[in-house]
Amino acid sequence: MTIFQPSSSTLLDYLLHLADNALILGHRNSEWTGHGPILEQDIAISNIALDLVGQARYFYQYAATLRAGSTEDTLAYLRDVREFKNCLLVELQNGDWAASVLRQFFFSAYQYFLFGQLQGSADATIAAIAEKSLKEARYHLRWSSEWVIRLGDGTAESHARLGNALSHLWMYTGELTSPAEYELRLADKKIAVNPALIRENWMARIDEVFEQAFLEIPVDSWMQSGGKQGQHTEHLGYILAEMQYLQRAYPGCEW
Amino acid sequence: MNHQSWPLWEVFIRSKQGMDHKHVGSLHAADAAMAMENARDVYTRRQEGISIWVVESKYVHASNPDEAEILYDPANDKVYRYPTFYDLPDELTHM
Repeated sequence: MTIFQPSSSTLLDYLLHLADNALILGHRNSEWTGHGPILEQDIAISNIALDLVGQARYFYQYAATLRAGSTEDTLAYLRDVREFKNCLLVELQNGDWAASVLRQFFFSAYQYFLFGQLQGSADATIAAIAEKSLKEARYHLRWSSEWVIRLGDGTAESHARLGNALSHLWMYTGELTSPAEYELRLADKKIAVNPALIRENWMARIDEVFEQAFLEIPVDSWMQSGGKQGQHTEHLGYILAEMQYLQRAYPGCEW
Repeated sequence: MNHQSWPLWEVFIRSKQGMDHKHVGSLHAADAAMAMENARDVYTRRQEGISIWVVESKYVHASNPDEAEILYDPANDKVYRYPTFYDLPDELTHM
């Protein structure tokens, strides 16, 4: 088994950040498979999970070319919690359907604007992955927006559940558009996007959907952060334990 | 969630090669927009189609199976309704 040292490569950090976001949310969404509220939506969120895992693969495959001896699989299955660079939002527990679709909405709105900009990246591989993934993000955004509106403008119970989800999740949204060091350094070279620059668009989209869902954006909330630098909530360890168990217990196992 | 109250929809898909929409199955959805998305997620995941129609099942009117005899049997002995029944002149080669 390869033991990884903390990376010094800025581009590698950025690619792992993009990949980890997609992988961890893909994993979370996949937890709904077989448990969706109705067959059709079970399939819908499982499809989104597969889209996200697919995006993660592209970024890991690229990242693997920058680190000798690594593959997409070693990057996904053999790194520890502190080496993961995903935002805290994606690792939180699923909660109920309202919490899961609201989280997807926050994340897909972010991906939508991020990939839109990344299509113009000076790095041709990142630009190509962004172009392909943008189509998926656009659909995820549409699907999750409609669910937020449907629940927010639904029954008293659905509105209350969405409100609970909002008050729990909101403090984890700030990190999406707060730049990490590696994002800023690569943004200078036009390789990455400074996520602070998409904050305004992101907020406008949230506003637009919240208005139809009769939700209010919480004011002056303390924002959690740290995930992009490897400081995670207690939840990520449990995800990795389940996700990595097989490769850790039976290194190189294939089936 | 009380999905008993979600109406049933029939789904028609046109494949890349196909000229017509073919019935592929049914699903539950709260409204037409959701039915369209559900159809996309359930029936086009493996590149089955490039166009979707959905129609609420209650608007589909079906013939009565008990009436099959009077509806379909009379066509049994009407061979002259097939073009192959007719002898064509030899000059006609592209039929």
